[in-house]
Amino acid sequence: MYAIECLDVQKQFRPEGDHPWRRRKEKVTALAGISFTVEEGECFGILGPNGSGKSTLIRLISTLLVPDAGVVRVFGHDVTKAPHEVRRLIHRVSVEASFFKKLSAQENLDYASGLYGLDRMAARQRAQEILLRLGLPKDKIRAPLEEMSRGQQQKVAIARALLTSPTLLLLDEPTTGLDPRSRRDVQEFIEEIRATDRTTIILSTHDMQEAQRLCDRVAIIRGGQFIALDTPTNLAARYGGGNGLEAAFLALSGEDLSLEEELEA
Amino acid sequence: MITLRTERRAAAAVIYRNFSLIRRYLGWELVFAFYNAVNALTIGLIGLTQPGPGQGMRVLYLSIGALLWNFLSVLFFEVSNSVMWERWEGTIEYSFMAPIRRVTYLFGVCAYAIVYGLVRTLIVLVAIALFFHLPLAQADLPGALLVLAASSVPFIGLGLFGAIMPMLSAERGAQATQVIQGVILLVSGIYYPISVLPHWLQAVSWLSPATYTLNAVRDAALRGAGVASLLPTVLGLLAAGALLVPAGLYAFSIAERYALRAGKLKRNG
Ligand SMILES: Nc1ncnc2c1ncn2[C@@H]1O[C@H](COP(=O)(O)OP(=O)(O)OP(=O)(O)O)[C@@H](O)[C@H]1O
Ligand SMILES: [Mg+2]
Repeated sequence: MYAIECLDVQKQFRPEGDHPWRRRKEKVTALAGISFTVEEGECFGILGPNGSGKSTLIRLISTLLVPDAGVVRVFGHDVTKAPHEVRRLIHRVSVEASFFKKLSAQENLDYASGLYGLDRMAARQRAQEILLRLGLPKDKIRAPLEEMSRGQQQKVAIARALLTSPTLLLLDEPTTGLDPRSRRDVQEFIEEIRATDRTTIILSTHDMQEAQRLCDRVAIIRGGQFIALDTPTNLAARYGGGNGLEAAFLALSGEDLSLEEELEA
Repeated sequence: MITLRTERRAAAAVIYRNFSLIRRYLGWELVFAFYNAVNALTIGLIGLTQPGPGQGMRVLYLSIGALLWNFLSVLFFEVSNSVMWERWEGTIEYSFMAPIRRVTYLFGVCAYAIVYGLVRTLIVLVAIALFFHLPLAQADLPGALLVLAASSVPFIGLGLFGAIMPMLSAERGAQATQVIQGVILLVSGIYYPISVLPHWLQAVSWLSPATYTLNAVRDAALRGAGVASLLPTVLGLLAAGALLVPAGLYAFSIAERYALRAGKLKRNG
């Protein structure tokens, strides 16, 4: 069984200010038919320019959006037909930390673990271990979230996701805006959980080195379509002219039409 | 078994979270409580403007309106506001992604709203009791409390409807909640008998559960109507609740499905 199976997944949105009784604008296509599979235990990267559909794809897998067409399955469960089963298996970290800002990390994590039916004391213990491992100062855990830096908040968000021991972890730009040390802490931690728990991971990122380091395979998405999918090394070799993944990304995601024609051919 | 425990812990988590938030916003809570109390007192004072033997009863009549409105509006607002709050904080996706039934989440929200509404109303009650000498010799308090308890059920149903709009749009939702609340305030005869309303509005009055609640509580407090004679109203309120709560839950689930299709929960990231 695949951890994730996407078959021709499509998603469009009505732009802001367009009402059912008065349609004025064209729909925005966020995903224009994406198919791929992810093996259990794999770390699958999604690279793509802003607005290319990365977050939309991750939301579809995490049951926060319903596809217009196509099928998304998580460990065999259809996200539309059996969202409850999918939700038991997953957790997600978004770019924005998304917490009750006046509450402390502890209170926010108590809420999060409670929602998943975890025992509070056991969850607190585990949260502390994770936060310590991620290098969050111990006294910070009782301070309101709004007094934390972005990087610190993001570490709490990662702890929130890992508390529930997800089988599939969806990471939407988890290291964007983090300083180099925090970024390394997070990356090392991701490697660690992969090694110990065999967690399947989907990772969207703008950081090429991160993708190179963490991902078994990388998809490059543009305009809601995967335009390439391979191991980072193969992508770099094939499209980057030997200049690494970044060169491959720029070549693939730029407006280089000759390349597009070549791809179609 | 495990599922039941999970759902129970989840509901408790929602309640606990809301009380944690109160602690962090304690300054505001005190300000709200102060304003509510003063507002109720000013309304009670209107009863003293006309001299004569009926003064005490008039103050009691108005105070009941102030107390009940305080309770029911807090109840309605807290239920509908819970979703709005999560949207503002951006936590809504995390709460809705949890593997629990939506009923559980909403149950937590409603249970919290009832406890919180009671506390807020108790503060106003204490203020009124200290400020006025209310004539309570004739009052049947158990009857009044029974009606109050029954009325919270249909109001929770209304609150669930009120929570739908904030799920689809944070700002419009807040606006809709205010409008619904305003209409209920106008038609339910909180501070006056509905007979003073224009005829066409009186028809609307009979749709509001608050109208029945106020009538019955006043019967109990002003005229000493006992539990037995209030029973029809109590049953009526419970029946309205038995209709409104499932209808509200159903409407909420439809709206949630729409929100997931149209991408209304959150768009950035
Ligand atoms: N809920 C929504 N409502 C309306 N439009 C949306 C919604 N979510 C995404 N879009 C649109 O769909 C397109 C893809 O957005 P998405 O957020 O998936 O991109 P992204 O690859 O995550 O970008 P970024 O790198 O900036 O995070 C964009 O044009 C965006 O405006
Ligand atoms: Mg994104």
